[in-house]
Amino acid sequence: MEWILAPWPWYVGGPLIALTMFTLLYVGKSFGVSSNFRTMCSICGAGKTCDFFCFDWKSQSWNLWVLLGAVIGGYIASHYLAVQQVPEINLDTVATLQRHGFESAGQAYAPTELYGDGAFSDVKTVLLLLGGGMLIGFGSRYAGGCTSGHAISGLSNLQLPSLLATIGFFIGGLLMVHLIFPLLF
Amino acid sequence: MRKNIIYLLVGIFFGIVMYKSEAASWFRIFEMFQFQSFHMYGVIGSALILGILGTQYIKRKQMKDVAGNTIKIADKEKSISRYLFGGIIFGLGWALAGACPGPMFVLLGAGYLPILVVILGALLGTWLYGLLKDKLPH
Repeated sequence: MEWILAPWPWYVGGPLIALTMFTLLYVGKSFGVSSNFRTMCSICGAGKTCDFFCFDWKSQSWNLWVLLGAVIGGYIASHYLAVQQVPEINLDTVATLQRHGFESAGQAYAPTELYGDGAFSDVKTVLLLLGGGMLIGFGSRYAGGCTSGHAISGLSNLQLPSLLATIGFFIGGLLMVHLIFPLLF
Repeated sequence: MRKNIIYLLVGIFFGIVMYKSEAASWFRIFEMFQFQSFHMYGVIGSALILGILGTQYIKRKQMKDVAGNTIKIADKEKSISRYLFGGIIFGLGWALAGACPGPMFVLLGAGYLPILVVILGALLGTWLYGLLKDKLPH
């Protein structure tokens, strides 16, 4: 049991992600999370505003079950399969983050500066989280997929478009962390 | 209904893996973009190597799914601009929020309620894309 409660190393996590993808292929589906946002927009009535959301979203409802499962999985893992799991990130990373004002670096799973209880009462934090989400939603639909659909599923199928998208993910991430973070934090 | 329970179970498994392997940790994403740890590269890289091997095997052997249909994996549409521009926009958000779409929901289950703001943002961003789609280079 002890190994389950300990953080899982990359060589356990990675293969189990591949297993998730293969399981979905075996049940006749594909692995891709971000398309759920389009489905949710359609359910909320976005079809009235543009054609992109007029599609048979019920054919995608299976993916919402996967998503609901991910929520439950997060609950189970954090409550029953971990004892205050704190990622052991590189000490240089901790130092860099502390310079940016992230005091919780190295002491929490997610930064309390962004995801703590005080987040809702801080306008800047809410705007950063909202902006981050909007970039993710817009970008993943523009690129036709996110990390699961392109970096895992698409690259596994040796798709050049997915390689371009994944290169884009990294360009964007590096720009944010190295050039934009010093302006934000 | 029985099928939905299978999808739910796959999701639960995926959620546990994301949390326990720390792919759902904002700090791990930041560390990855600092090139200061092998961890996330190991997670994505090992998933990818097995993914490539398995997918090629499935295609060569024309393996069938549980319903007996040959597993078909659709090719992505050809384009450069949409993948590069869309990818960069996604990457900016990924590094800022520190979560890609899957981990957002894992974090929600783990009790980090501010992630709801990120999820709301992602829905708004998706909607905005739908509105602007025809004006963007694809």
